[in-house]
Amino acid sequence: MAYYQEEIECASLETIKGIQEEKFLKQVRHVWDNVPYYRKKMEEKGVSVDDIKSMADISKLPFLSKADLKAAYPYGLLGVPLSECVRIHSTSGTTGKRVIAFYTKEDIDLWDTCCARAIVAAGGTKDDVVHVAYGYGLFTGGAGLDGGSHKLGCLTVPVSSGNTERQILFMMDLKATILACTPSYAAYLAESLSEMGYGPDDIPLKAGIFGAEAWSEEMRRDIEAKLGIKAYDIYGLTELSGPGVSFECSAQGGMHINEDHFYAEIIDPDTGEVLPEGEYGELVFTALDKKAFPLLRYRTRDICRLTREKCSCGRTFIRMAKPKGRSDDMLIIRGVNVFPSQIETVLMKEGYAANYQIIVDRVKNTDTLDVHVELMPEMFTDSVSDIDERRRALETGIHNILGIKAKVTLVAPKTIQRSEGKAVRVIDRRKI
Amino acid sequence: MSAKQISVFLENKPGTLKKMTAALSEAKINIRALSVVDTRDFGIVRMLVNDTFNATSVLNEAGFITSLKKVLIYEIHDEAGSLDSVLEKFEDLNINIEYMYAFAGKNGAYMVFRVAKAEEAEAFLRKNGLHSLSDEDMARV
Repeated sequence: MAYYQEEIECASLETIKGIQEEKFLKQVRHVWDNVPYYRKKMEEKGVSVDDIKSMADISKLPFLSKADLKAAYPYGLLGVPLSECVRIHSTSGTTGKRVIAFYTKEDIDLWDTCCARAIVAAGGTKDDVVHVAYGYGLFTGGAGLDGGSHKLGCLTVPVSSGNTERQILFMMDLKATILACTPSYAAYLAESLSEMGYGPDDIPLKAGIFGAEAWSEEMRRDIEAKLGIKAYDIYGLTELSGPGVSFECSAQGGMHINEDHFYAEIIDPDTGEVLPEGEYGELVFTALDKKAFPLLRYRTRDICRLTREKCSCGRTFIRMAKPKGRSDDMLIIRGVNVFPSQIETVLMKEGYAANYQIIVDRVKNTDTLDVHVELMPEMFTDSVSDIDERRRALETGIHNILGIKAKVTLVAPKTIQRSEGKAVRVIDRRKI
Repeated sequence: MSAKQISVFLENKPGTLKKMTAALSEAKINIRALSVVDTRDFGIVRMLVNDTFNATSVLNEAGFITSLKKVLIYEIHDEAGSLDSVLEKFEDLNINIEYMYAFAGKNGAYMVFRVAKAEEAEAFLRKNGLHSLSDEDMARV
C-alpha cells in the first residue's frame, strides 16, 4: 500500500483531532480578525471569537452559503491582502453568478498536496504519465490535477479538453498511464477510442481520476471496462480550493476527506442541525488552514453521508459517500426530489451508455419529465414492439426508483450532444 | 430463397428521411421497395435495395442504426383474388405475418412478407407452389 504522506494519511483519530482543533482555533481567529463579512455574521449570531474554545464549539458558528459568496463578491471573503494572493479560480457559473476563489502560495501548495495524495491513492507514482484532460483556465480541474501531478513528480501532459482524436493519439504516443478528466469526458473518450478502431488494450492507461460532476456506479463500471482501467472518484469545490478535498482509494468505497485541511460536518439541510455519523444530510466544510479564502462552515449543497469505518487501504481519514448529487442538480418534479444520477443508474442497468438528457417542463400546471436516451445499435431489431418494450422497461425502471412517471424517448445514436467538460444533462423549461 | 431487407431506425423529426436518402443517393444505391412504419417518436424504414452490403455500410457510416432481416417476396398477379390465394397458403401452413408491403417491379407487382422463422416458412411455402424471390431474382424483376 502506497501513500503520499503516510504519517498523516494513516494517523490515529486522536492525532487527526488534535491537528484539526489546533488549526481550527487559529483559523477562527484569522477570520475574525481579517474577514469583516464573517465577523459580522458571528456578531449577529451573538458569537465572539472568545466563545470558540474547542472543535465542538464549531456548532456555534454561522453557516456560509452560495448566497453569501454572491453577496460578498468579489473581495468580501478575502482573508489576506490582495498582494498576498497569487491566483484566482472561478466556478463554471452554471448555477448563477460566478464565484471567485483566491489563493496564496501556501494555499496552492496545500491544494497540490491534496491532489498528489489522490494520485497516489489511485496507484500513481513519480514514474507515471498523467494525461490531464480537465479544462485548464478558470476551472479548477486542470490546475488541481496538474499541480498534484507535478508535486508527485509525474510527467504531466497538460492537454486540457477538446480535440478528442488528438487526445487519444497523445495517450498512445506518450504512453499515458493515468487519465484525469470529468467522467462524462472519459465516457466520450472511450466511445471515440472504439470508433477509431481501438480497444482498451491499445492504450497503456491503468487508472482514471474522474470528478467535477455526479456519476453513477454503473457509469464507473462501463468506463472501466471500455478503457481497461480502474476509475477513481475525486471530489472538491472551487470554494474550498478545487478537486482533492476528498479522493477515492483502492477500496473504491467512498472518498477519504483530507481531514488535516478540511473539517467535515453533515447537517440537516432544513434545520441546520448537525447529524450523527452515518446519516445522510448536507455536507458542510470548514477550510482549516487556507488563508486567502478561509471559508468556515460552508454549505456544499451536496447530499451524502460520512463514515469512519476502517478502510482496507489503511488510511484513517473519514470517508464520504459519493454524493447523490449536488442539491443544485436536484430537481423537484411533482413534489418529488429527483437526482439525474438516479435516472442514469436505470439507463446503465438496462445497457445504455450515459448519453441522455432529462427535460423537465410544466404543462397545464403539471410537471413533466422527459428522458431522451440514445438507442444502442445492437438493440435495434426492426420491430416496433421491441423498441416499445425497451422504452417501457425504462419507464418502469424510472418509475420504480423515483416514484413518478417519466416519458422516455429513444433517439438515434450521436444525437445527444457530447461534452468535453461537465455534461449538460438537465434542461429545465419550467417558468416558475 | 429469401431476400435481405435493410431496416433503419429514424427519429421522428424533419429531415431525417432525407438525410438517409441523400446518403444512399451519393453511393448510387437504388431503392427497389420501401415501407415506413411510424410511431409517436420514431419510425422504421424497411427497404430492398440493389446492393444491400454497400447500403448497410454507407448508412452505418452516416450514423444510422440498421438491421438486416430475411423477407419473403412473392409475385402477385394483377387480378382479383391473387393476394387472397397467396395468403390462403400462409393460413393453411399456420404462418403468422409480422408485416407486409407491396412494390411494383418492371413487369408486375410483388408483396414483401416478414414472418417468424423465414427459412422454414419459405421451405413450406415452396413445397406448396410459392416461389420467393432471392436477392439475385430481385435484379431481374
